Amino acid sequence: MNELTSLVDWSRAQFALTAMYHWLFVPLTIGLSLIVAIMESIYVRTGQQKWKAITKFWMTLFGINFACGIATGLILEFEFGTNWSNYSWFVGDIFGAPLAIEGLLAFFMEATFVAVMFFGWNKVSRGFHLASTWLTAIGVSLSALWILIANAWMQYPVGMEFDPAQMRNVMDNFWDVALSTVAMHKFCHAVTSGWVLSAVFVVGVSSWLLYKKSNILMAKDSVRVASWVGLIGILLVMWTGDGSAVDVARVQPMKLAAMEGVYNGSRGQGLTGFGILNPDKKYDNDEETMLFAIEIPKGLSFLATHDFDAFVPGINDLINGISINEAGDTVYGITYADRMASGLLAQDALKLYGEAQAIGDQETMAQAAQVIKENYANFGYGYLQSPADAIPPVGMTFYAFHIMVIFGGYLLLLFVVLIFVCYRSDKTLENPWLCFFGLISIPIVYICSEAGWITAEVGRQPWTIQDVLPRNVAISDISAGSVEATFWVFAAIFTLLLFAEISIMVRFIINSEKKNIIPKQ
Amino acid sequence: MYCLQAYWWLLISVLGALLVFLLFVQGGQSLIWSTHRDYRDLIVNSIGRKWEFTYTTLVVFGGAFFASFPLFYSTSFGGAYWLWMLILVSFVVQAFSFEFRRKHGNLYGTGTYDALLTFNGLFGCVMLGIAVGMFFFGAEFTVSKGNILNGSAPVISQWSETHGLEAMIVPGCLLLGFAVFFLARAQACMYFINNIDGGNGFTQSMRIKTLFNGAIFALLFIAFAILLFMQGGYRMTPEGTFAYEPHIYWTNLWQMWWCVPILLIGVVMVLFAILRTALCGTFFKGIWWSGIGTVLVVLVLFWLAGYNGTAYYPSLLDAQSSLSITNSSSSHFTLVVMSWVSILVPFVLAYIWYCWYKMNATPLTQKELQSDSHVY
Repeated sequence: MNELTSLVDWSRAQFALTAMYHWLFVPLTIGLSLIVAIMESIYVRTGQQKWKAITKFWMTLFGINFACGIATGLILEFEFGTNWSNYSWFVGDIFGAPLAIEGLLAFFMEATFVAVMFFGWNKVSRGFHLASTWLTAIGVSLSALWILIANAWMQYPVGMEFDPAQMRNVMDNFWDVALSTVAMHKFCHAVTSGWVLSAVFVVGVSSWLLYKKSNILMAKDSVRVASWVGLIGILLVMWTGDGSAVDVARVQPMKLAAMEGVYNGSRGQGLTGFGILNPDKKYDNDEETMLFAIEIPKGLSFLATHDFDAFVPGINDLINGISINEAGDTVYGITYADRMASGLLAQDALKLYGEAQAIGDQETMAQAAQVIKENYANFGYGYLQSPADAIPPVGMTFYAFHIMVIFGGYLLLLFVVLIFVCYRSDKTLENPWLCFFGLISIPIVYICSEAGWITAEVGRQPWTIQDVLPRNVAISDISAGSVEATFWVFAAIFTLLLFAEISIMVRFIINSEKKNIIPKQ
Repeated sequence: MYCLQAYWWLLISVLGALLVFLLFVQGGQSLIWSTHRDYRDLIVNSIGRKWEFTYTTLVVFGGAFFASFPLFYSTSFGGAYWLWMLILVSFVVQAFSFEFRRKHGNLYGTGTYDALLTFNGLFGCVMLGIAVGMFFFGAEFTVSKGNILNGSAPVISQWSETHGLEAMIVPGCLLLGFAVFFLARAQACMYFINNIDGGNGFTQSMRIKTLFNGAIFALLFIAFAILLFMQGGYRMTPEGTFAYEPHIYWTNLWQMWWCVPILLIGVVMVLFAILRTALCGTFFKGIWWSGIGTVLVVLVLFWLAGYNGTAYYPSLLDAQSSLSITNSSSSHFTLVVMSWVSILVPFVLAYIWYCWYKMNATPLTQKELQSDSHVY
């Protein structure tokens, strides 16, 4: 079992490493492609050469980043097979479809039109070039759509049924998979967060140029475009984040409890605005949950249900099947121990089904299939050793969520200030303090963005497919040492790649200080 | 159901065939060091504008396999771990090397990125060929779906300890791997002749390289074909079990008679392209002849592997664990959904062709590289 645990942990580490590096590059690709498309649209509409120069400047930075996103994305797709072989079979019938559609509809669009975008300035008409730039941006977002549909399905598995004859899940409703509210919220939240990240990137780089008194006109025009993209983006992020919170409360209540560090829920549950968790707190002891907390009364109930007085279950409530009704009475429902028993029942029935199938015993197969159907919602719980196994790492989920929210609030403030300054007195954009805040917002937005994914992915542990497939059953038959070796290989490659990317970008920006990006008329 | 499975094997075959054709990008990368320094940037920029197509085709090939034959995806990728990891690493380094190689501040120098491109050019082709070789010469795995109920050892697809490295010493796999590599190099030379206006010296050196690499490819391919047609394999019986059959691919070739003319036409087109490019100083369209020929030949190879009840992924450890298009596919519902999506394929091919046509209207020159703001 230790070897298995080690293999699971290294496989998780490798996937997390790849996903986190991938998400360093992808949001910038998503947002910068939009910003570049807007800038080129202004160029085509106005005919002003300065906008062509501005477009080309940001397009160069886009190109440097784009290649890194592709490199890490390839690994991510194939790791489902290399490291999560059982997963690939058990749910491949459903999960594979969005990945294939992503490749067919989005990747080819990106690959084709990005070449026109970079190399077609003198080969195609102005309109065709603009269309290519927009199609690249659309392709990037389409790509995000399908992979996020796939990710959302892992968190909220719908549109499927279990086929005991093949011992796997099969799709029975494509539209349920593609259009689930979880998927739509996740897509909009992730894509608009990419807009925000890219807007901050543009603001940050422009702030540096403004601080160095270089290419001031270009920098100010860039900040104007980026500020609008950023403001619209952050408002949409907050709106879709609210939708995602309601989704999580509905379909992954344990994740919500971990996000807020709630062990014993209540009606009118408060929201921790800022807090420090007590590291000694466990689900089965009586330690205080928080060492320090600033709480917004009834905030979590409203966030989760849009009702200030609704009951929000904590970790203990979920494990013990407890809720509180409107009259304030405690109501006992299904406990995690019950779910584990139900899951084992489904697994035993599946074993029986297989044996009956081998000898052609139709009656036993029908009976076993019925038991499987009745208990399949808890199938994955049958693999857990104890109810505590179903609790995600509370500390990491809690802090990641709060970092995301606090930094998100800061970014809203930043864009409101920038919009105000842009239209009140754009000379203020050259203020060193504003430049400083613009520049340091770059690491802040990256931390915020990564924290969002940590919340989403750590918070859903131990499941690869919510309630159906825990991570230790989703793996491949390889040694932990093999995965450890490839982990370090990828860690080295990705880190060297990141250093090179940052170095190239920094050198490009520094070199830009020394010349006029907008050619003199 | 069988029609859907056959249709999806056809799509997989098309993607596989296009991938082998597009490996001319990798072939070009492997020629960087053997090309005169004056022309190095030209050839890198010529193939650098196409690398995303090869990359995307590889990704879509994997995605389509996942969607249509998930048991293959699960078994091969999770089992032949080291082989696939080598392939992935070689393609990862390609993705950024084009973009970074001549950028200021790239930290490691142009030579390092060119070395990485060469690594991908060699390993990418050879390893992919070896991986596809396992479709014919088998792999050391077993499949037991009941394992999923064993919490302490739940993996359904088990592989030998070497996890794919063993394929590197299988003669048939090696021959296919190196045949793909030399074909990619020959096609890259033909592509450069078509796409680059580098003067007579450049074109002449590429014609010589086409002949040299094409000749090695032809020898390797003949050796591979002999081994292939002598190879036995598994065919599904009416009872639903696999039975061994000697010379199964030779039998398939004649039972699926339409494969014979397609294979012959493909082989002739590739040989014609190589010979005419090498011997005729005014012939520039070899890449198209060779490309179409390559697609036809690879299509037939995939059909021989997967159709006619053949196990396209034979297990060397347990015949009944072998994978065929009937026992490894997605459900009827998913195949139908994906088939609707596949209607978009011609549209995708059309816009790729149109953009390619517009971008390649005039050959690449040194002058263009010097005036372009985005160069590799």
